[in-house]
Amino acid sequence: MNSILQIQNVSKSFGGFTALNGVSLDIAEGERFGLIGPNGSGKTTLINCVAGSLRNEAGRIVFQGKEVTRLPAYRRTRLGIARSFQIPRPFSSMTVLENLMVPLEYVIHFNAKKSHAEAMEILGRIGLADKAQTQSNRLSQVELRKLELARAMAARPRLLISDEAMAGLSGSEVDEVLKILFDLNSSGITIIMIEHIMQAVMRFSQRVVCLDAGRIICEGVPAEIVKNPEVQKAYLGV
Amino acid sequence: MALDLLLEAVLFGILLGCFYAAVSMGLSVSFGLLDVPHVAHPAIMVLGAYCTWLLGTWGFDPIIAGVVLTVPFFLLGMLIYRFYYEAFERRGSDAGVRGIAFFFGVALIIEVGLILAFGVDQRMVEAPYIGKSINIGWDIRLPMRTLTVFAVALAMSAVLTLYMSKTFTGRAIKAVAQDEAALRLMGADPVRIKQWAFGIATAAAALGGAMLIIIGPVDPGLDRVYIGRTFAVVVLAGLGSMTGTIAAGLVLGISESIVLIHPSLGASWAPAVSFTLLLLVLGVRPQGLFGR
Amino acid sequence: MKFWIGIAITLAITLATVAFVNFDYFFFAGYTVLMFVMLATAWNILGGYAGYVNFGTPAFFGLGAYTAAVLYKATAAPLVVQIAAAAVMSGLLGLVAGLLTLRLRGIFFAIATIALVVIVETVFINWRYAGGATGLQLLRPALMWPFESYIKMLFLVMAIMVLASIALARYIERSWFGRGLRALRDSEEAAECSGVPTLRLKVFACTVSGALMGACGAPMPMYLSFIEPASTFNLNYAIGALASPMIGGTAHWLGPVIGALLLSSLQQLVTVTISNEMNVLVVGVLLVVFVVAAPDGILGLFKRFVSRK
Repeated sequence: MNSILQIQNVSKSFGGFTALNGVSLDIAEGERFGLIGPNGSGKTTLINCVAGSLRNEAGRIVFQGKEVTRLPAYRRTRLGIARSFQIPRPFSSMTVLENLMVPLEYVIHFNAKKSHAEAMEILGRIGLADKAQTQSNRLSQVELRKLELARAMAARPRLLISDEAMAGLSGSEVDEVLKILFDLNSSGITIIMIEHIMQAVMRFSQRVVCLDAGRIICEGVPAEIVKNPEVQKAYLGV
Repeated sequence: MALDLLLEAVLFGILLGCFYAAVSMGLSVSFGLLDVPHVAHPAIMVLGAYCTWLLGTWGFDPIIAGVVLTVPFFLLGMLIYRFYYEAFERRGSDAGVRGIAFFFGVALIIEVGLILAFGVDQRMVEAPYIGKSINIGWDIRLPMRTLTVFAVALAMSAVLTLYMSKTFTGRAIKAVAQDEAALRLMGADPVRIKQWAFGIATAAAALGGAMLIIIGPVDPGLDRVYIGRTFAVVVLAGLGSMTGTIAAGLVLGISESIVLIHPSLGASWAPAVSFTLLLLVLGVRPQGLFGR
Repeated sequence: MKFWIGIAITLAITLATVAFVNFDYFFFAGYTVLMFVMLATAWNILGGYAGYVNFGTPAFFGLGAYTAAVLYKATAAPLVVQIAAAAVMSGLLGLVAGLLTLRLRGIFFAIATIALVVIVETVFINWRYAGGATGLQLLRPALMWPFESYIKMLFLVMAIMVLASIALARYIERSWFGRGLRALRDSEEAAECSGVPTLRLKVFACTVSGALMGACGAPMPMYLSFIEPASTFNLNYAIGALASPMIGGTAHWLGPVIGALLLSSLQQLVTVTISNEMNVLVVGVLLVVFVVAAPDGILGLFKRFVSRK
């Protein structure tokens, strides 16, 4: 197994509150990896530390053999880590197309014309081509989620972290988004999926890890995780 | 520098520092805890000072006036926050820039409004404790007004700190600063708590204004120096720390006092002290002494 | 292309005005208006495009003015050199201040810029060579052909600088650099994760903005034949630079221009007929009203009005 991402003993605190407590993970290249856990367990904090939006106080993050712990987020994106946001953060003063041009210009092409062309192509692939000129603050929920993913995709990542991309979506919308993620994965991109919708996690992930109160409480294939009593306790608080 | 001069400066600095801490506590709540870019806080304080003066012309003692003013200013604060929330925080993205510009505009309006209403000349109040000095020994004289303000400041700081840590509302205010979502789950309305907190902050500013005019004459442009002082204290303290505010106030007070008596610096450098301190903290340790 | 034609026409009109109009008050008033247009345009690069509010315009402007004055006093340097030096000094100030404080949130940067004004002003109040608190008298150099009056030359220089600033702002706005600024303004975190080096962009915008403000201040000592701290570091520059784009519109280079023209005219009208304080009050009220009700400024209102049809 070729490891693309190594999270080594990462800890992060906010004032007196410990969000992550010595978390270690090894993600294989090309893997479809699921991260679950109740609210407040530290999933998004972990993602933020991997992506570079937050700095962890202890531990290391190694991506494709290179230590990225001290690198600012934009450098990590240029190295190949991309993420979408739990609550979508479109560049609301821009159109859908312009939203995509930002990562294309700043990671891939550094040129407006080429970025424009590729942006249209990506929009076509995920089904937002007809919304290219729409102001991004006028999109529906599922369109926003797709835009989040498209923006992450535009940076041509080796690793994509999807943070609750399906929250609040209907059944068929969840399928749409899942298909996009499956397609990305089949082209070689490693995907870490954070999700609450269990059936999506089970269908998608090859391996699942459950986080609770900043620690990993269990790791394994989806079928095992669902039956694990620790996991059930964490979610139900029983 | 002679030692007794230094001692006097330090003592004076402690008194002054407590005053700075007290007038900054309102900002510690509104900016430190509630995250409101309240650059108009010193302007409201100066407004409070002028109101105190007005009440003074009707015979009110300034401290009493200050306490009386806390009520209308509390309501004013609640109104301002409600307006700010509806106009800015709700609408997201651009809110930061517009919020700052909004309070800048408010500060301008207050400052110029005061000039138009009262003129640019300085105003002072009179009271039995203003004008005399006390000799506390070793040939050190401290002005009574500074001592009075020190006492009021101490009292106000104690009341606010106790309120924030002992009462339910006080703790709710601290909680809302850390985790709004959790508070909602507990059934409390974050917006109303923030509104209440901003009201308290504004009431504190009113009392601060009363202290301001006791400690010295005021003019409408005074808010500019106090932007530096109050923000320096709040940032040095660490956002949201009440006890830190007192420590930071003392640091500022003593630094200013020493610069004031320094032979080659003196009064023309004193206004820069707070701003220099602010820049230093921002550059070196932005989370302050006790920051979250 | 249309833009450059517009610039050429404006330049031609300016030259013609300088050549044929002989009413000196026009050039004095015009110089002030042009100054505010340039300050507003410069401010908007960081404040409008990137979303970082700068209260410290007087610091950059004043540093530029004093650099020019001190340079002239020491070496009798020509105006062009003064302007260049001023731009460099104020650009440096922007660079250093930016590096120190732009890592933090917008409000901290804003407060830090207030600090800058006080500190820079205090430095010059205490610097005897630059005139200290009482100020410095300066003798204008002999006038060069083809200019008949010094104020006409300054007017033309300022006009050229304004046009250059507008062209620069427009270039930034339309380039992918501008898109990066807008992205970080909309959502700094998302921009970082999209590969935008937000700190670098912000610092660069701050440097450019500062340099332009400094260049704007450079001819001031020659304009007045005098320089002193209180009027050089005047709050009115901060107000004008901030309010003009927020009222005119921050998303487009035309916004600061419209806002500055409007506020300058207002200033002339109100200050002369009523008082300077009343003028500040009006500007303050306008600022609050626009920020609350018309966040996209006059340009935004115009766009909405046009699209309704």
